[in-house]
Amino acid sequence: MRARLILEDGTECIGEAFGAVGDRRGEVVFTTGMTGYQEVLSDPSFCGQLVVMTYPLIGNYGINRDDFEAVRPFIHGFVVREHCEQPSNWRSAQTLDQLLKAYDIPGISGVDTRMLTRKIRHYGTLRGMITTSDTPAQELAAELASTPLITDQVSRVSTKSVFSCPGAGERIVLIDYGAKHGILRELTKRGCDVVVTPYDVTAEEIRRIQPDGILLSNGPGDPKDVPQSIETIRQLLGEFPLFGICLGHQLLALASGADTTKMKFGHRGGNHPVKELATGRTYITAQNHGYAVAAESIQGTGLEVTHVALNDGTIEGLRHPGKQAFSVQYHPEAAPGPYDSGYLFDQFLEMVARAKEEKTYAKAR
Amino acid sequence: MPKLDNMKKILVIGSGPIVIGQAAEFDYAGTQACQALKEEGLEVVLINSNPATIMTDTNMADKVYIEPITPEFVARVIRQEKPDGLLPTLGGQTGLNMAVALAEAGVLEAENVKLLGTNLDSIKRAEDRELFRALMKELGEPVPESVIVSTVEEAVAFADEIGYPLIVRPAYTLGGTGGGICDSEESLREIVASGLKYSPISQCLIEQSIAGMKEIEYEVMRDASDNCIVVCNMENIDPVGVHTGDSIVVAPSQTLADREYQMLRSSALRIIRALGIEGGCNVQYALDPHSFQYYVIEVNPRVSRSSALASKATGYPIAKMAAKIAIGYTLDELKNPVTGQTYACFEPTIDYVVSKIPRWPFDKFQSANRKLGTQMKATGEVMAIGRTFEESIMKAIRSLEIGCYHLELKGADKIAEADLRQRLRTADDERLFLIAEALRRGIGIGEIHDLTKIDLFFLHKFARIVAFETELRERELDLELLRRAKRLGFTDRKIGELAGRSEEEVRQLRKSGGIIPVFKMVDTCAAEFEAATPYYYSAYEQEDERTWTNKKRVIVLGSGPIRIGQGIEFDYATVHAVWALKEAGYEAIIINNNPETVSTDFNTSDRLYFEPLYIEDVMNIIDQEKPEGVIVQFGGQTAINLADKLAARGVRILGTSLENIDAAENREKFEALLRKLDLAQPPGKTVTSVAEAIGAAESIGFPVLVRPSYVLGGRAMEIVYNQAELTAYMEQAVKVNPDHPVLIDRYMLGTEAEVDAICDGEHVLIPGIMEHIERAGVHSGDSIAVYPPQSLSAEIKRELIEMTTKLARALQIKGLLNIQFVIYQNRPYVIEVNPRSSRTVPFLSKVTGIPMANIATKAILGHSIIEQGFEPGYHPEEQMVSVKVPVFSFTKLRRVDITLGPEMKSTGEVMGREQTLAKALYKGLLAAGMNIPTHGTLLVTVADKDKAEALEIVKRFHQLGFKLMATEGTADCLKQAGLAVTRVQKLSEGTPNLLDVIRTGEANIVLNTLTRGKAPERDGFRIRREAVENGAVCLTSLDTATALLHVLETITFSTEAMPQQRIGRAVVAQ
Repeated sequence: MRARLILEDGTECIGEAFGAVGDRRGEVVFTTGMTGYQEVLSDPSFCGQLVVMTYPLIGNYGINRDDFEAVRPFIHGFVVREHCEQPSNWRSAQTLDQLLKAYDIPGISGVDTRMLTRKIRHYGTLRGMITTSDTPAQELAAELASTPLITDQVSRVSTKSVFSCPGAGERIVLIDYGAKHGILRELTKRGCDVVVTPYDVTAEEIRRIQPDGILLSNGPGDPKDVPQSIETIRQLLGEFPLFGICLGHQLLALASGADTTKMKFGHRGGNHPVKELATGRTYITAQNHGYAVAAESIQGTGLEVTHVALNDGTIEGLRHPGKQAFSVQYHPEAAPGPYDSGYLFDQFLEMVARAKEEKTYAKAR
Repeated sequence: MPKLDNMKKILVIGSGPIVIGQAAEFDYAGTQACQALKEEGLEVVLINSNPATIMTDTNMADKVYIEPITPEFVARVIRQEKPDGLLPTLGGQTGLNMAVALAEAGVLEAENVKLLGTNLDSIKRAEDRELFRALMKELGEPVPESVIVSTVEEAVAFADEIGYPLIVRPAYTLGGTGGGICDSEESLREIVASGLKYSPISQCLIEQSIAGMKEIEYEVMRDASDNCIVVCNMENIDPVGVHTGDSIVVAPSQTLADREYQMLRSSALRIIRALGIEGGCNVQYALDPHSFQYYVIEVNPRVSRSSALASKATGYPIAKMAAKIAIGYTLDELKNPVTGQTYACFEPTIDYVVSKIPRWPFDKFQSANRKLGTQMKATGEVMAIGRTFEESIMKAIRSLEIGCYHLELKGADKIAEADLRQRLRTADDERLFLIAEALRRGIGIGEIHDLTKIDLFFLHKFARIVAFETELRERELDLELLRRAKRLGFTDRKIGELAGRSEEEVRQLRKSGGIIPVFKMVDTCAAEFEAATPYYYSAYEQEDERTWTNKKRVIVLGSGPIRIGQGIEFDYATVHAVWALKEAGYEAIIINNNPETVSTDFNTSDRLYFEPLYIEDVMNIIDQEKPEGVIVQFGGQTAINLADKLAARGVRILGTSLENIDAAENREKFEALLRKLDLAQPPGKTVTSVAEAIGAAESIGFPVLVRPSYVLGGRAMEIVYNQAELTAYMEQAVKVNPDHPVLIDRYMLGTEAEVDAICDGEHVLIPGIMEHIERAGVHSGDSIAVYPPQSLSAEIKRELIEMTTKLARALQIKGLLNIQFVIYQNRPYVIEVNPRSSRTVPFLSKVTGIPMANIATKAILGHSIIEQGFEPGYHPEEQMVSVKVPVFSFTKLRRVDITLGPEMKSTGEVMGREQTLAKALYKGLLAAGMNIPTHGTLLVTVADKDKAEALEIVKRFHQLGFKLMATEGTADCLKQAGLAVTRVQKLSEGTPNLLDVIRTGEANIVLNTLTRGKAPERDGFRIRREAVENGAVCLTSLDTATALLHVLETITFSTEAMPQQRIGRAVVAQ
């Protein structure tokens, strides 16, 4: 069945429909990972977006039971050059097409994804729509340009209630703004006693859980769309060791008085070099962010920049020296992407352990 | 960290001659390295014995030594040049081995030279089997289990422990004789028992078999600050069991989930870190298709063929970055040269599919064993880029130039079903096509998978191509169907065949519907960043991203994959043509598909199209580029073969006109031309039937040289001595008919000479004349060429110059031409004229200092030789003697007869340059890999016709102190001449016979000339093969033997007892 991808600037790409049939709009973004489409489409941070895969062959190794980053996908649409109908991999349980159908997500294949990428690179992220209708492109484009995008993604993807993944180690509260399973996986792998809370949890509720540390998860959209979360973090900052990832990083910055801005087209992929300023070492990181902490807003907040993107200087890591808090804009949990930054979870847990020790001494004294 | 400030002068080691397994990729790597080092203001000294390379151009390094790459010569260069550092990691295994040898000999320490890139310890840990296994164990990286056994029981015990299948490799047998795969105790017992017998030290290596697993490679880089990146990963379509150089490969991996990808990526980074490599490294894995279990197969602590492929596949210049890292830079301070904005510390991501298919020499070596296994056999490879897998692989097929323009092999439909299944199971060079054939016959994908172990993903893709054929056959060809066909990489020609239309009709329909390819950029980053690399591929997509200038454009056609008869020499000329075009103010555009070469470096031309050199693909580019014209004379037969088709489509061919190309290549026209110019040619005839051939040969007189018309590298050319041989040849070797005539020439046993010249249409510049050591009858590419000629009289040379000038003018040559002469009874005859760049252009350019391809290109553009500041006529001869010595890859190609003849067999060449011929030959032979024996035993077995001549040669060996061995006939002949000779038994006389003498290393030199009949069962063939496989010097031409003698006589001091003191008459005191 014929499908079209229409952009707000009037661009029209004709392709084939796959997955669910239907019209869906969203912010069109591209991601450059050559593997990891299953993780991408189930990463809650992509909620509300039409995701363009720059690699042309998607679905080659099928969809398996294990590689989901959330219990269900939240992307609004999937844009590929070709989707594989006969995947091959020992873990493959279904095709990409079957998955998208099951979750009512429209896909479009056969489009010039490189053209879309170049367009987005040039003009910045655009609003777009996957449609199987025959409505003229100009009409749809005009409608896209005048219709605001959704802003409630975090509430759509966050857990509705508190739940725990018991472990024998440190008790970590994971505030779920759209947390990837990968984060939970890294914590449980390290034996943590994890309590996952909704995004709108209050400081008081967290205190009742008596965590040893708090992890601010990744999540979709503009950090300024969740002001109550910023307020909660402000209240907890300094009281508990904090580690922010991606949206969590932006929220930590905002809670510390810094500012965030929307990037032209963001960083999405598994090949982004990040320089750790203290050591001069560069790490290849997995990234997925359309917003960033504004460099000029750092001054006077007590925050220190620890990591920057090698290519464009974007702030990729922050530290609040007095308040036992640090954060990274990228994804140490990988999934998809390189495992090079997994050590950050160890650093977090060391910080948690130190803080606990200090507390014990303080009590003893 | 900025560059090391104590490094001022660096010695780079090249990889030497092109052999199977070590080809043009190291010219590409070495050239990049030299450029990268020079950019940093370092003084670069280069040693490489291969004159056909760009890297040995004197502008590539500050000092270029074209000398043998042996510890003695490299040490000599080190003492002379006193470099601060040595960079060996870009010269392949040769470079690495040399670094180890020099370090172990203490030369580096004594001369205070720092080893750059990878330290000695790392090289050893990567290369030494035991050290490597120990390191992998330490890192927790799995390697296949193995054990060395000397009894069958030990082998069985090992099998009980780890299970089957197992691979048995007897120790120290060549080519794995006596080994095999076993899947039961019974077969294990049998194979080990025989393997132990074959092994001279009675040992076998028993290894866990990983055959059939996915083979995955990672190209990794690391700098001194421990920053590590993966440039690219690749997946072999052929599972483990076929050498990666012989495998069809795709990039990036297609069937790995992110977990598998990252698991192996992390492993590769652990390994490069543990080895402490500063530069590039390649890690090969076997991955179980049914679990996360993987094994490390091999690590190459240097840039390799795979890294050249990865560089071209992604745009990321690995060798260049490796060179910068070696002198102290870190990845995060180096800019990614593709984008110019972002940094080299980044992992390329691509948005297309890359396919590589090897190019094998079996078209030339009909009798060779075509089975693919652990010994690489390909001479070259092609790469193609597409937006779908199907498009990518179909482009690669078109690039191979094996007469296929589709996933289809002519004659495959005739193969018996059982043979087909067998050939799917044991891979050979045609398996890709046989899979398609099996699918066409309705053999199920499941069964094909069971036979080939090729991943279902790829088989489904092939099946999609085959299924689409049916669709094209059955459905009406509309624009929608056509568009889908083009996106799957079908050619207009094949679509036409299937849809019952002509190719032209399909093209018209396509164009009328706006179905024309757009061109996309290779930019390392999937368009995330702006890039300025002019590196493009075609795709049937929406947006074209080229930018245009107002400059005049000229397209140069490259020479495609490296094969016997068309080697790196043509890439050399192509690159020079591109540079000359740029100098002359044109936009130089290149079309080529060989990932190993300098011509496909995106820095070389103003625009690089990585595309098949197939007419449709070339026309797609020309249609939009609208060049001033196309230059075809540098790309060998590949480019020349496209000339008529291009001209027929209205494309202007620059340089020598098509009519004149034809006048030189068409037999009849050429004969007429020679008659008109009154130039002599060996008498000959063109025949179209067997009967005609016999008549022609009788009128010309035996021996005659027979060959099919229009051939490459003397394919299927033979000298026949009588009618029986002629009949056999005509009936078996060629398919003669009016469309495929056969040429029969008088074979003149004389000296061969060769001339390369440049003509601007009027004036002719002859940089030099080369004389061949081997007499006429040995292919010029396999002969040792000497410059300047040592035995030709001034009169003969004058005649050659005159003949060349006449021919060049008569053919209105614009550009290069090459003429082969035979001097017979003191008179030169023209054998053939090639109106294009030849194999000897780089050699002659280097030894004479005349930039031939450059001058020729400018002549093509209309600048006369005089205008360019060169003097027409014969360039004054140089004082130094230079020889070009061919290099063969016979050890890699089993069952190939090594005897020299009219068919070309060499894969590469080296140069020796010295004050005298003997010294130059010494260097040449040494550089070619000959282990020149100064004493020992000569085993002689020659054909009757050669006995008299051979006797004189044998006498001289005897005088040098060589012991003699011979078989009956030859031994009698030598005895009669008064030489002491040991008789050895012929094969038919039982054991021990002459094969045993060779096997045990008793014979150091084997002199064997060809007796008739080429069937491998002939004794001569077995003798020659045995010599090759045991590393004895095997001489099959009496001329080569004489040349070697000349060298030996020069380098050997005779040892003679002092003359007796004369005793005077007794004097008595008076």
